Amino acid sequence: MLNQLRPALVLLVALTAITGLAYPLAVTGLAGAIFPGKAAGSPVERDGRIVGSALIGQSFTGEGSFHGRPSATTAADPADASKTVPSPYNASNSAGSNLGPTSAALAERVKGDLDALKAERPGVPVPVDLVTASGSGLDPDISPEAALFQVPRVAKARNLPEDRVRALVTSRIEGRTLGLIGEPRVNVLALNLALDEIARR
Amino acid sequence: MTPNGWIQIALYCAVVLALVKPLGAYMTRVFEGERTLLTPVLGPFERGLYRIAGIDARQEQTWLGYAGAMVLFNAAGFVLLYAILRLQAGLPLNPAEQAAVAPDLAFNTSTSFVTNTNWQSYGGETTLSYLSQMLGLTHQNFVSAASGIAVAVALIRGFSRASTRTLGSFWVDTTRATLYVLLPLCVVLALFYVSQGMPQTLAPSIEATTLEGGKQTIAVGPVASQVAIKMLGTNGGGFFNANAAHPFENPTALANFVQMVTIFAIGAAFTNVFGRMVGDERQGWAILAAMGVLFLVGVAVTYWAEASAGGVLSNLGLSGGNMEGKETRFGIAASALFAVVTTAASCGAVNAMHDSFTALGGLVPLVNMQLGEVIVGGVGAGLYGMLIFVIVAIFVAGLMVGRTPEYLGKKIEAKEVKMAMLGILCLPLAMLGFTALATVLPAGLAGPANAGPHGFSEILYAYTSAAANNGSAFGGLTANTLFYNTTLAVAMLVGRFFIKIPALAIAGSLAAKKTVPASSGTFPTHGGLFVGLLVGVVLIIGGLTFFPSLALGPIVEHFAAVAGQTFATGG
Repeated sequence: MLNQLRPALVLLVALTAITGLAYPLAVTGLAGAIFPGKAAGSPVERDGRIVGSALIGQSFTGEGSFHGRPSATTAADPADASKTVPSPYNASNSAGSNLGPTSAALAERVKGDLDALKAERPGVPVPVDLVTASGSGLDPDISPEAALFQVPRVAKARNLPEDRVRALVTSRIEGRTLGLIGEPRVNVLALNLALDEIARR
Repeated sequence: MTPNGWIQIALYCAVVLALVKPLGAYMTRVFEGERTLLTPVLGPFERGLYRIAGIDARQEQTWLGYAGAMVLFNAAGFVLLYAILRLQAGLPLNPAEQAAVAPDLAFNTSTSFVTNTNWQSYGGETTLSYLSQMLGLTHQNFVSAASGIAVAVALIRGFSRASTRTLGSFWVDTTRATLYVLLPLCVVLALFYVSQGMPQTLAPSIEATTLEGGKQTIAVGPVASQVAIKMLGTNGGGFFNANAAHPFENPTALANFVQMVTIFAIGAAFTNVFGRMVGDERQGWAILAAMGVLFLVGVAVTYWAEASAGGVLSNLGLSGGNMEGKETRFGIAASALFAVVTTAASCGAVNAMHDSFTALGGLVPLVNMQLGEVIVGGVGAGLYGMLIFVIVAIFVAGLMVGRTPEYLGKKIEAKEVKMAMLGILCLPLAMLGFTALATVLPAGLAGPANAGPHGFSEILYAYTSAAANNGSAFGGLTANTLFYNTTLAVAMLVGRFFIKIPALAIAGSLAAKKTVPASSGTFPTHGGLFVGLLVGVVLIIGGLTFFPSLALGPIVEHFAAVAGQTFATGG
């Protein structure tokens, strides 16, 4: 067995250097040269300041903004570091709710959100993605139905005609890749940035 | 369920099938030591490596020597990874200033990556430095996969050779798997993932001021290089806590599709390597057909269950399927398909939270792992797992007609069947034994986040995933505790080595036998009858072993959900 020690150790060190250092560093160099923005995490700038990442959702609560999906991410409690408190869209601690199909806590949360949305648009069916937490807690997208659902509220708060806001949403829908793969969606940050642009002009 | 959803599933199967032959042909050349497209570039480098390591590439090992080398190599890898995790605070490339990983978590994580499980007790972005991710995890992603491939190649040689004591060289097989198969594909895949938006940087987190004026710290890192091997090597350990649900770890529907294809690519192609090396490709297709039948049933059940929601959401009158824990860009179909793929293979990456799946949607991933991940399976591991079931199936067929069973010209005798049963029985022992322990000890009962039968499912899923070397989780379970970190790590070791070593013992015993020519009494192992028998044996063994545990968890939860019952914690 001892004569196997040299191959084991040498191979371990050599393969560690190749796959653990040379490979990731080479890919980092290539990626940074070919796709600099994407390799850096797709930061979005407005007026020279970073306002987020094109791929990461952020929390929107104002009446005049389109809202993303519920987020179950948490952060350490500032009062007691051993506990956590809800902190939606915490992009340094991704997480889903992990509540199961018979969870009373899930039933209560969904019912609360559902009642609020039903009050906002009586008689209109509520898209399921608006009351369910995403897997990462950082979902940047909502379904086209969920965006269209919010049009009257946003238009009213911004004093814009509903048709104008609806047209903006429609123009921002991204379809399936090759018409087949994935689901249609609307990026919430991009949509709200476009909405702000209207106000600025 | 939508027509588009089914088209996505069909497209996926078509792409995987199209890759089987070309990838199988290439890998066969690699492991037969023949020239390949990459030999002019990698050949001199490979020979240099052997010279420094003192390896004679032509010197082969017996099954014991092969197993010893594998255990030694994995043990050394474990020590190195454990050291990196414990010392990360003082090592470079730690911009977020992560502290040293605690001893029990470091033990769990090291075991987890060396056994190709990649269970996440750690939260990637909150626990690990960039150096730990690269030098520690990315590295083990490669070599644990390579050592699984090596064992499968050795087992195939057991069938294809006759009257010899040796199975090849573990050192050569591992090196060639890494250099010729995994690494070149990963470079291409990693760059593709970056083009889709996956970060690859050593810069610290992005500090953003959101449109509503809040602060958002966005964790980034060398993600793409790790995700490429995480999928291709069926490792599954995430760069981020949310794994492949995280937009940075799975930015687009296309990236998601490619990730799913790469989970199955090597495992499916290995059936073709098997066929080519034993001299009859039909034998490989028969095994892939048995895997395919089990896979399609799993996909249909999960997709149906998730699309029809059930549970809390249906009871509130919501339609559109169960989107809790799923991402918008993937939707129901691609999330259900991913869940079945990742547990059929021993990957364990998740693009949606399995804990929030419906009761029956979550049952399928659980069953996939309990069957020992023989549906395509982990790279290498899936094939040797399935061949163990093949031996049992052949044995059963032999009993039925009262003839000594043979497979591919080798007589299957008491020793092979005993070793096969050892491998098959160790899995449920670790899965069910530890589950039983955790459901009676206070330290175990402290873990589940959900109440009622779902809480039991969380515990069962954890030990099933660990022993099957999968690594996915019902994530609500608080697993980063001394009790869970330790017991899960033991389950992983049992699940890995108590199958690999019997598989090598079978290989050694088979290689020493003579090949008997096929006669009129030989049971043909490339036709529908054999495929049906193999599927039956897998399902009967799995069903007899695990049905009671499933009845206590997901099955009873399904009926509770239909009845509109909910369970509150702490009550």
